[in-house]
Order: sequence, then C-alpha cells, then structure tokens
Amino acid sequence: MAFTPRIGVYICHCGINISASVDIEAVTAFAASLPAVIIARDYTYMCSDPGQALIKEDIEQLKLNRVVVASCSPRMHEPTFRAAVASAGLNPYCFEMANIREQCSWVHPGSEATTQKAMDLIASAVAKAAHLQPLITRQVEVSPSALVIGGGIAGLQAALDIAEAGFQVTLVERAEQPGGHAAQLHTTFPYMQPARELLRPLMERVDAHPRIEVMLSAEVEEIKGFVGNFEASVRQSEEMRTVSAGSIVIATGFEVFDAHIKKEFGYGLYPQVITTLDFELLSAQNLQVNGHSPRKVVFIQCVGSRDQSLGNPYCSRVCCMVAARQAKWVRQRLPEAEVTIFYMDVRAFGKGFEEFYDQVRTCGVIYRRGNPSEILRQGEHLLVRAEDTLLGEVVEVEADLVVLALGMVPRQDSAALASLLKLSRSADGFFMEAHPKLRPVDTSVAGVFLAGCCQGPKDIADSISQARGAAAAAMIPLLRGQVQVEAATAYVEEELCAGCGQCAQVCTYGALRLHPVRNVMTVNQVLCQGCGACASACPSGAVTVSHFTFTQTMAQLEVLLNGSNHQRKQELLPTASLMAK
Amino acid sequence: MLQIESRQFATTHNLFACIQCGKCTGGCPMAVKTTLNPRNLIYRLLVAGNGYDLEGREELWDCTTCATCSSRCPKLVNPMEAVIALRGAFVEKGRVHPNVKTALESTFRHGNPLSMPREERVRWASDLSIKPFGEGVEYLFFVGCTPSYDPRVQQVARSLVKLVQHANLDFGFLAEEESCCGSEIRRLGEAGLFEMIVEENQEMLKAMSVDKMFTTSPHCFNAFKNDYPQNGVQVEHYTQLLSRALENGWLKFSGRFEKTVTFHDPCYLGKHNGIYDEPRQVLTGIPGLKLVEMDRSREKSLCCEGGGGRMWLEGSNPGTRLARWRIQEALDTGAQVLATACPFCLLTLEEALKHQNAEDKLRVMDIAEIADQVL
Ligand SMILES: Cc1cc2nc3c(=O)[nH]c(=O)nc-3n(C[C@H](O)[C@H](O)[C@H](O)COP(=O)(O)OP(=O)(O)OC[C@H]3O[C@@H](n4cnc5c(N)ncnc54)[C@H](O)[C@@H]3O)c2cc1C
Ligand code: SF4
Ligand code: SF4
Ligand code: SF4
Ligand code: SF4
Repeated sequence: MAFTPRIGVYICHCGINISASVDIEAVTAFAASLPAVIIARDYTYMCSDPGQALIKEDIEQLKLNRVVVASCSPRMHEPTFRAAVASAGLNPYCFEMANIREQCSWVHPGSEATTQKAMDLIASAVAKAAHLQPLITRQVEVSPSALVIGGGIAGLQAALDIAEAGFQVTLVERAEQPGGHAAQLHTTFPYMQPARELLRPLMERVDAHPRIEVMLSAEVEEIKGFVGNFEASVRQSEEMRTVSAGSIVIATGFEVFDAHIKKEFGYGLYPQVITTLDFELLSAQNLQVNGHSPRKVVFIQCVGSRDQSLGNPYCSRVCCMVAARQAKWVRQRLPEAEVTIFYMDVRAFGKGFEEFYDQVRTCGVIYRRGNPSEILRQGEHLLVRAEDTLLGEVVEVEADLVVLALGMVPRQDSAALASLLKLSRSADGFFMEAHPKLRPVDTSVAGVFLAGCCQGPKDIADSISQARGAAAAAMIPLLRGQVQVEAATAYVEEELCAGCGQCAQVCTYGALRLHPVRNVMTVNQVLCQGCGACASACPSGAVTVSHFTFTQTMAQLEVLLNGSNHQRKQELLPTASLMAK
Repeated sequence: MLQIESRQFATTHNLFACIQCGKCTGGCPMAVKTTLNPRNLIYRLLVAGNGYDLEGREELWDCTTCATCSSRCPKLVNPMEAVIALRGAFVEKGRVHPNVKTALESTFRHGNPLSMPREERVRWASDLSIKPFGEGVEYLFFVGCTPSYDPRVQQVARSLVKLVQHANLDFGFLAEEESCCGSEIRRLGEAGLFEMIVEENQEMLKAMSVDKMFTTSPHCFNAFKNDYPQNGVQVEHYTQLLSRALENGWLKFSGRFEKTVTFHDPCYLGKHNGIYDEPRQVLTGIPGLKLVEMDRSREKSLCCEGGGGRMWLEGSNPGTRLARWRIQEALDTGAQVLATACPFCLLTLEEALKHQNAEDKLRVMDIAEIADQVL
C-alpha cells in the first residue's frame, strides 16, 4: 500500500514571543493549505500539557502520521514533542520542528515579511515531514562498571561511592601513591584536623573494597566508545590493559602555581622564602628553619592567582584559608613569633570560614592590606616591601620566613586528557562543566563527569561534594543497564562506496571502518553521533545520515528556494538587509 | 614620647578581631570634623609591633564616647573603650588639659567635677521637702552633679521631683552625702580615681540598703548600670520610671502642651542602653503634644558632643559643634520644642540654639520640664 502522508501542523504563540511579530492566524491558514496537511492549529503554549494533548488527540482522531510543530528551537523542545507523538503511538522520528522563534520572531521586527518567513519555514518543514521515515531507537547494554581517572581525594570518594552502589570501578592513578595533594597537607582548615585523619580512612576503604581495582603508576592512553561502553587503554609500566566502563569520572586535580615565575619574591633564590605547600612539610618538622624557630613570619596571599599578567585571572579559593591556617599554626607553636599576612581581600566564604578567620585574627595574626611588590635581602633577614593600602604608606616588614600562598593552576597535561576524551576546557584552562549552574558535574560528552579540582579550584569539602555528585550522575547509565543510541546515524550504500576512506578521515568519533574483505565502509552504529561529516565528505554520495537524507533535505531546500509563493522572498529581502545594518 | 605596649593593648582590647571595615569611623560623628579615626587608630596599634607612640594623638580627646562605633562594630570590637583606655596613658603621665585636671581634682576633693563645695549640693532642693533616703524608702533619687549645681539643670531636677511626688512614689535622696557617679571621670581615662569612686559609692549604697534607684542623667544611669560591679540595685533612668508611672496610672496629666516636639536621643540612653521608647512614651502621653522625628533619631541619633568629658573640653575643632547641626536638624522638622532627657544634651543644645540665634523658633527642654508643665 502506497504511503500517504497525513500531516498535522501546530503553531505556537509562545505567549507573545512569537505572536507579537508573526501573524499567527495567517500562518495557520497558510499551513492548512499546504499539500498533505490535514489540520493546522495554533495554541498559546504548544509545549504545555493542553498543547501536547491537542497533538495527541489529532493523531488518534485524524489518523495523522506526520507532525510538524512550529515553535522554538529543537534544542529546547524537540525531546518534548518527540515524546508527545510517541505517546500517541507515532514513531518519534515522524516529527519535524520549524523554528519560528529564535530564527524568526525574535530576530525580525513584527512585519508582513516576518510572517512570510514563518510561512516559509513551516512550508519547508512540512515538505520534509512528507519524506520522514520512522527510525528505530536502539538500546545497547551498558558495561556495569566505571573508570575513575585520578586518585586524589575526589577520585577516591567517587570510586568508593560507585563501588558501594554495586558496580565495578577501576581507579587509575598516575602517581605511585593515591591521595593527591591532600596527602601532602599537614592539617586542614577550618577545623584544624590533620589531613591524614581525613584521607586515611578513605584510602583504606578504597584499598579494601572488593569492587575497586586501583591501578597505580598507571595512565590512560586512549579512550574509545561512548556512554555505556567506553574502552580505555591503560598503561601500567610496560603493560597495556583494556578497561571497559559504562561511564567515566575525571578527577585529575590541579597543580600548584610555580612560584619561581614571580621573580620579585625570590623563590628558589632566598632560602627563607617558601610556599604554602613547603610549609606543610615544615609544620610536620615543628617549624624549624635551619635549626631555628622563625620569629617574624610573613605570608603573602594570591601568589599566582588573580593575576592577568600570568593568565590566571581567577581566585584560587583556598589560599586565603590556607594562609590563615598556617599563620594560626605558627602563632600556636611559636607564641613569640610575629605573624603578618599580606592580603588584597580575605575570602572566607565557606561554611565555618569567617568564624575561622575570626579565630585566626584574634590569636594574634596581623592582617595587612596590600600586595607586596618585592622581597629584598637585608643581612640575615628579608624585607617585604609593600604599600599598606590601609595606611596609604609604603612599608617594609622584616621577615625571617616568608610563605607564598600558592594558587591552583590546571595540570599541564590537561590539554592532552581533554583531547583524549573530547572535553572542553574553560578560559582558565580547567575542564569545563556542561553548564556552570545547572550541570556542574557533567561534561559535554555523555557519560563523562568531573570531580574535584580538575574542574576548578576548590577545597576538600567542595571536592568531595562534587565527587559524590559526579559518582551519582555516573551511576545513572549503570543503573539503567541500557542506553539509547541515536537513531539518526550514518549508513553506507555499499554499491556506491568505492572504499576510498575519505569519510573515515573526517569522522572524529571513530565510527567508520573499512571492511577488510569487502573493501567498503562500515558504520559502527553505537559510536556514530549522526554529525553528517562523512556524508558531505563522500565523493560518491554513498553515505547518508538517516533523518537528514538527500530526499528530505532537497525537499526542504526546494520549498525555500522556489516556494509556492515567489513574491515572499522579494519581501523578505529588505528585512534581511535591514538586519545586516 | 608616650609609649604604650601596643601588642598587649591590642590583645586586651580585642583589636585583633578588627577587620578594618571602617563601620566605626563611617559613623563616628567626630571623624567628619576632626582627625579622630577609630579604624585607623586600631590599625596603627595592630601593625606597630610592640610599641606605639601616642605622642601627638590629641584627637583622642575629641571622642564623645557616643558609642556609635561600638554599637555597630560587626566583630564586637569596642573602639570607644580603646580610646578611653588610651586617654589613660595621657592621664598617667599627667599630660592632660588643665580643665580635665581641674575636673578630676574637684571630683577627688569635693565629690563633683564642677569645683563646687559639697555643702551647696542641696541648695536647689531647699524648698522642696524631699526626704533623705533611709531604711524602707522605696527609691533612691540619684540627682547627679550637673542637676545639683547647674542653675539651668536644677530646673529639671525640680520638675522631676514634682512629677515623682505627684505620682505618689516613695523616694528619698542623699543630699550632701551624694557624690559624683564617676561616669565622666572614667571616660576621661582616670581609671584609678574612678575605681575609688565606685568603691565608696558601692559601700554607701550597701550601707543604705538601696534596692531601687533612678537618676536624672543617662550618664549616671549608665555608670551604675554598666560600669559598676553587679550589686543587685535596680537602676532606672527617670524616663523609664515616668513611662511606667503613666502606664500604671500613677501619673496623670491634667494640662495640655499644644506644641510640636522633636526628641533628641541622648547617647547614654539610646546607643549605650537601647532605651528609645520610654522617653517617647512619656512625650506622647502628654495631652496636646505632637511628636515629630528627625531623620537622625534613635539608633542613628547624632551625638550632641557633650559626653566623654567633652563638657570640659573644646576638642580639636570647636568651630563646628555637633549640637549646632543638631539644632538645624530640629529646626528642619518644624518643631517648636527640642526635647531631650539628659543634662549635658540640654546644656549643649541650648548653647547651640543661642549661637544659631534661633531662640524665637525653637526651645530646648528636658522631658521632665514639659511633663511638669501639664501636671
Ligand atoms: C598548600 C595547600 C593547602 C591546602 N589546604 C587545604 C585545607 O586545609 N583544607 C581544604 O579543604 N583544602 C585544602 N587544599 C585544597 C585541597 O588540596 C584540594 O581541594 C584537594 O586536594 C583536591 O583534590 P583532587 O582530588 O581534586 O585533586 P588532587 O589532590 O590534585 O588529586 C588529583 C590526582 O590525580 C592524579 N592524576 C592527575 N592526572 C592524572 C592522569 N592523567 N592519570 C591518572 N592520574 C592522574 C594525580 O596524581 C593526583 O593524585 C589545599 C591546597 C594546597 C595547594
Ligand atoms: S583564595 Fe584568597 S589568597 Fe587565594 S586567590 Fe583567592 S583571594 Fe587570593
Ligand atoms: S555521521 Fe559523523 S559520527 Fe557518524 S560516521 Fe559519519 S562522521 Fe562519523
Ligand atoms: S565613641 Fe563616638 S566619638 Fe568616640 S570614637 Fe566612637 S563613634 Fe567616635
Ligand atoms: S567597626 Fe569594628 S571591625 Fe570595623 S573597623 Fe571598626 S573596630 Fe574594626
């Protein structure tokens, strides 16, 4: 039986977002007149429950087999309407969207030409709809395991949570020991707990966990696959191993800023100048410098942070409290010592931080406002020169120990890891979350999540929070057991394929392989993202991407270029040139 | 050289808690007209190492101890107390203004800072038949030095006596036995003399078995309430007593006071002790009286510049007295009477009124005087 399209067109007002500049009534009448259109309706909010109900009722009563919604962008509501038509028994790919908001009402003034453009967009969507084919969304089995890269406090916590939920976890740590930077800390702000006490129980639980395999001195060299079925090649000394994982948590942490770069502070030149990280070791050694107890200690905050000249414009978020903690330590251990902290701002935003800052000041730490400009030698001692901006005077503060409060910087190898996984990085160089507010543990790659300082500077509490968030998100596909794979993927018409391999070169997802025997291209449907790069690269036109077939696209173009009404394009032109001004 | 051990000082006075936010200086009424800057002073003490030279810091004598700073500090620092303590360093070395020297000496000798003989302390009350305080008398009326000796403020004391008598309250006073409460002595930095005064007064209160007392001046009230060690004596400012008397119907007004009145909150009632409502309750309880507020009222009230020993000290910028600004603010409300409830405020404001030549537009009166008129 020949297929006869029966199309319903639904035009959305989007409140007044569309209706303010598009003549909805005219557009609806126009849509109703288009070939194969059985019904055209308009509604205030098509995405609302009553709006969706309209579509569903029509599908059932008017036996519609294709649906076009003219509203916002597919990114916004394609999933909504696909689900709506599916619930009325239609294949979700029998739905097409015409974007008459972002691409029309929002960017053009209310005019006849704008209405005409909406009509054109709808006509073209209807033309495509007549050629739409149902596609099968396939489910693939998920490997019930996770890969955690980086064994700092964030990675350890994420691994533990996922394993506790019943999944197998492989934790890959580059160093010989897990723990990351937390393992180098002496105590922690704001409660002055020894870092060991925080880290050790976590490490022991990870170590003893039957479902966690910790690979030390190991590194991930290659990652293939997609959410549900990643395959990582891990090198451990000379050996290579393949680890499969349903999802991945990145927890590779940070590096401390290299204080040598700030020449004016003489780190590496003056033995009395150390960093907050060096201080951690010194705390463990009872604060002895050359066998003496320092009597005048100066801390300098924001070293390597908030500095555009270094390309580090951001605040590192921990160093204020690190300096405060270490200053308090000095005051407690060496009550005779004078302790000064030079600061530009004191950022004590976390829970318990301001209270901690209160304690640190009242134990006798002197906070001086100013960003020291240089450190000079004076005999056995050093002089920290700064403008005290509260006095408006240049001051020279004598010191026999200067501690630079280091900021956090992205790991030098983060670019390499980013390209391994196709992750984005934000302007500061840290890995970028999918949305700064709404999706803070997700990346733009499905199934890959971020935990800890690899995403940006944070303290232990925040690293743990993010790790637990990332672990929970990473468990979603694992718990589901199956993931849907995109149905709009590429396929190769073998009779046309010359086996030239040009398409495989442009596929960034590694979805194309030349068949070793038949010498034609084959598509891995799980890996293919339907981006279409191959289809346009193929000189023989052998590659087609479903849902964006040649026939469908040409039908759309034809309507747009020739149209059913030639005058419309003429009228739209002045609007377009107006926009260009 | 007037060296103090700044590290020790900063610790005792909790200066390390200071975050240099400047809230104190931003609200300090003197900071806008002299070099007094409590925030800056604290900072200099903090960064001075262990020795700070107070030499030349004459602005310490500008502080009126109005408590704006201490009442607003987010870190519970008390810059005002630090200033008072620093004055102590000057006093210890005898490096004080002759007026201060005179006030201190007179208090030591005569029990008042006004260089007045003790015998004359009761002259104002000679025709009022106030009974001496003794066993079984309910209230001790602590008159205070200025109300006892200053002819203008004596009128307030007299009015107050009439009001309390009218309310049938059982009270007595100490007559010549009354001695300065020491409030201003303490604020001038003479901690030693103040301690002596406290000891003597405490003994006297105990010997007389005083349970309840009220004062004319918010300064005496504050001293007994906050500076003296806990002694079980219930001390009130007279506006609290009167407001209670009105509420309970002990005090009734028969006359009317058909005037628009604005109220100047004395620092030692308001900012020091949070008493804002009672004086207003007395005023609004007066038939015919219309109360209007200045923008700077209650917690925002502008100091009259009479506290902290400033009754005897011109300060480093005598040209612009805060009381004169205050008179202008009162005039701006259109009020006919500027009411207050403090001897020092009364004197400074009245003096400023004369200076502004605005006596035809405004009168300065104590609440007790207004209430007395409508008995
Ligand atoms: C001097 C200093 C003092 C601090 N004091 C405190 C404090 O008192 N309180 C507090 O809450 N926070 C403090 N912090 C912050 C705290 O250190 C961090 O919040 C925490 O360490 C972040 O943990 P993480 O797991 O995200 O990163 P990291 O600790 O950096 O761990 C990352 C791990 O990943 C590994 N790794 C990196 N790349 C790879 C790779 N490609 N493959 C495999 N493994 C890899 C690294 O070897 C490392 O073990 C301080 C920081 C500093 C610098
Ligand atoms: S946390 Fe504090 S010290 Fe660190 S960069 Fe931010 S402001 Fe500077
Ligand atoms: S559509 Fe994109 S992802 Fe799929 S095979 Fe072609 S190039 Fe690769
Ligand atoms: S008490 Fe008043 S005058 Fe004195 S410093 Fe504080 S705000 Fe200024
Ligand atoms: S208000 Fe308090 S914390 Fe702020 S500067 Fe003054 S004393 Fe310091």
